[in-house]
Amino acid sequence: MTHKDKTTKEMKWDISGIKNWGPGDHELGSIIPEAGNARYYHTGGWRTEFPIRDEETCTQCLFCYFFCPDSSVLAENQKVTDFDYDHCKGCGICAKECPADAITMHPESELAERVKK
Amino acid sequence: MAQTEVKTLAITGNGAVSLAMKQVDPDVVAAYPITPQTDVVQNFSQYVANGDVKAEFVTVESEHSAMSACIGSAGAGARTMTATSSAGYALMVEVCFVAASMRLPIIMTTVNRALSGPINIHCDHSDSMLGRDSGWLQIYNEDGQEAYDATVMSFPIAEHKDVRLPLMNMYDGFIISGAIGPLKPLSAEQVQQFIGQAPDYPKLLDAKNPVTMGPFDGLHGWYFEQKIAQNIAMENALDVIQDTYDRFYELTGRRYEHLMKYRMDDAEIVVVVANSAAGTARAVVDKLRNEGIKAGLIKLRTFRPFPVKLYAEALADVKVVGVMDRADSFGAPGGPLYMEVLTSLYQEGQCAKAVNFIYGLGGRDVFPQNIEDVYRRLDAIAKGEDAPRERIYVNAKGM
Amino acid sequence: MATQEIKKQSPKVYIDRPDHLSGGHRLCAGCGAPVILRQVLMGAGDSPVVISNATGCVEVSTTIYPYTAWKDSYIHSAFENAAATISGVEAALISLKKQGKVTEDFKLLSVAGDGGSYDIGLQAISGALERYHDIVILCYDNGAYMNTGFQRSAATPKGAWTTTSPVGKVRPGKNQQRKNLTEIAIAHNIPYVAQASPHNFRDLIYKAEKAFAAKGPAFLNVLSPCPRGWRSKESDSIQLAEAMVKSNYWPLFEVENGVYKINYDPKKRKGAVADWMKQQGRFRHLFTPENEWIVEETQEMTDYQWERLKAMEEATARFGTQEAAEAQEPAE
Repeated sequence: MTHKDKTTKEMKWDISGIKNWGPGDHELGSIIPEAGNARYYHTGGWRTEFPIRDEETCTQCLFCYFFCPDSSVLAENQKVTDFDYDHCKGCGICAKECPADAITMHPESELAERVKK
Repeated sequence: MAQTEVKTLAITGNGAVSLAMKQVDPDVVAAYPITPQTDVVQNFSQYVANGDVKAEFVTVESEHSAMSACIGSAGAGARTMTATSSAGYALMVEVCFVAASMRLPIIMTTVNRALSGPINIHCDHSDSMLGRDSGWLQIYNEDGQEAYDATVMSFPIAEHKDVRLPLMNMYDGFIISGAIGPLKPLSAEQVQQFIGQAPDYPKLLDAKNPVTMGPFDGLHGWYFEQKIAQNIAMENALDVIQDTYDRFYELTGRRYEHLMKYRMDDAEIVVVVANSAAGTARAVVDKLRNEGIKAGLIKLRTFRPFPVKLYAEALADVKVVGVMDRADSFGAPGGPLYMEVLTSLYQEGQCAKAVNFIYGLGGRDVFPQNIEDVYRRLDAIAKGEDAPRERIYVNAKGM
Repeated sequence: MATQEIKKQSPKVYIDRPDHLSGGHRLCAGCGAPVILRQVLMGAGDSPVVISNATGCVEVSTTIYPYTAWKDSYIHSAFENAAATISGVEAALISLKKQGKVTEDFKLLSVAGDGGSYDIGLQAISGALERYHDIVILCYDNGAYMNTGFQRSAATPKGAWTTTSPVGKVRPGKNQQRKNLTEIAIAHNIPYVAQASPHNFRDLIYKAEKAFAAKGPAFLNVLSPCPRGWRSKESDSIQLAEAMVKSNYWPLFEVENGVYKINYDPKKRKGAVADWMKQQGRFRHLFTPENEWIVEETQEMTDYQWERLKAMEEATARFGTQEAAEAQEPAE
């Protein structure tokens, strides 16, 4: 589930060769000059289960958005739209807390197939 | 060149340094009072109370928080100063390492005082020597004038793009900090002109370019390279410090060098010593020279970075060198300065005889006679007496 | 905005605020801390923030070089000094703003776990609160040194298993009840102190917004579920926080200029401490005949603290005048 090659191209701070950086290649004092660049690091591979939200059952209470530890519930126009499977770790809090039971957890092995649909 | 008609002040070492701080007028001072640095913090508090400075003064609840606040302040992009001594320095050492690794050019006055225990408020150099591996530039000063000048010169050194390291200035507790001596100060305008504007570097208070400082390097591992970068900066500092000294000479006529040589031209027996004891040693050298003994003196100024080559050069034709340490490194071959001088000789393939003298611990007096005894011993060794490998304790009781 | 004008908003209002933390941090699945951070930073709205962070779970997981999950400026220097570090940032902000070298407004937040707040960082926090810096100090309290493998802290509940209060033949976990850090913060007579939980996100965001708006220091103590250290299910984190609040073990309240206000009273929905203790493996050994007294004692202590809190609310209602608040403010 990692798309590192694709996303690293957007990086403001090019760290593609960092594995071989010497003393003079880093910012002074190990500063990280690009805010929020952890989004280029994908934690989706940690999952054993992934969430699916049923659009029809969902009441748009937005609880899942506020309870997600990984900023992985995507929202637009004050509505939950999708999950960010690049970063979702599959903790299942969203499913557990959903008052309408609109979110369910499924074995990770089924993800590729389900997302295609 | 030298300024015209500078009024000479009679002022304590702490008074001289607090005057320099007032004239520098940094953006932020965060400090905690401790003997014998106390006047520095008190004087600066008074400047703040009088509205004489623009600086924000953070009256922290400990030295650990003093250095931590300095890290926050310098990280935020502010010119930042603090001052400490002894146990206070020891308390902040953890974060001193952090300040250096974050490459924050914080300027700190460290008024040398013994470390406990037993608790002792008097001068020795065990406090600043504790931090010799912390990654801070270290400059040792003989008197109030030197400490004043060093405070002004600190900024162009520490803030230089090839250096960007924190810097500490030392002078002897009580002997200098509390004793009144002459001071030829610069005007505030001269100070401002000399230090210039702080250069811009990535800072926390830049909403358009937020940065993360002090990240965790435990997984991928560039800690090693960051440490190498710190050492490269130290090496760069040697030239930057001397250039700054030279520029200061143009302004004031006061000449500074990494190591200050006295009657070294044809010297055969030489003492290396730091801070206030150098003044006493010069008088002793004069006396011995009158007797025809070829005595010389090297006063240490720059301890970090240690100017290895300059020591080797200065000691190239010397028969015996006596290194006087006002701090000990228990169980080591000798005091910290002794080991550095020895290493400098060894690295350049020189083998002048070297003897370590430990003196002045906990403020034990060092009289002219004591230093004369040191030179007499060196003279005897130069004439064939065996050089002792063990430390020689100067003016210790019951020895 | 004056703190009195800040009201709890609907989720639709809060969801429009920027998310200050990115995904891709490496905190454990189901960790409460990032949930808290996201909610607290929603309280800062659009304002840029400088975060000072103590060594701990959040620090090691959000800033693994060369990646950072922080969209704002962030500084970490050591374990015990996050509050002292932000004090320096505040001094720099004041100085550079006065000189016109910085023009933007920043919110300043210090973040530490219970280790960095109740224990090793307490002195720095106390100093910063007394000096009255315009900062918010946040403690995410997961009840032990979770980052280094679950060692006990002053916030660990009595009887809890940790690796330095292990369960053995003669000891049933931690010997002591926890310290009340929120009350210690209140004793500094600062403008705003609150206790909160991420399960009630409207309450927490509202409190964070108040804390950021307060003129002077504010302290937030927030319960932070930890599936690894609590030996609980990842998906249960938010539900466990709710259960702890409903048992009155972690009351939601705020103290504004000395006036206590309880934000949630479970009344008939009140649960027992045993409800959430049973769900956490760190208390498993307590449900035996020889150790049950610890559960009972914790229940008694909880009920006593709750009654005391209600009494404080009643007793302080008539205080907190504007004059009293202003008298507490430092001179210019």
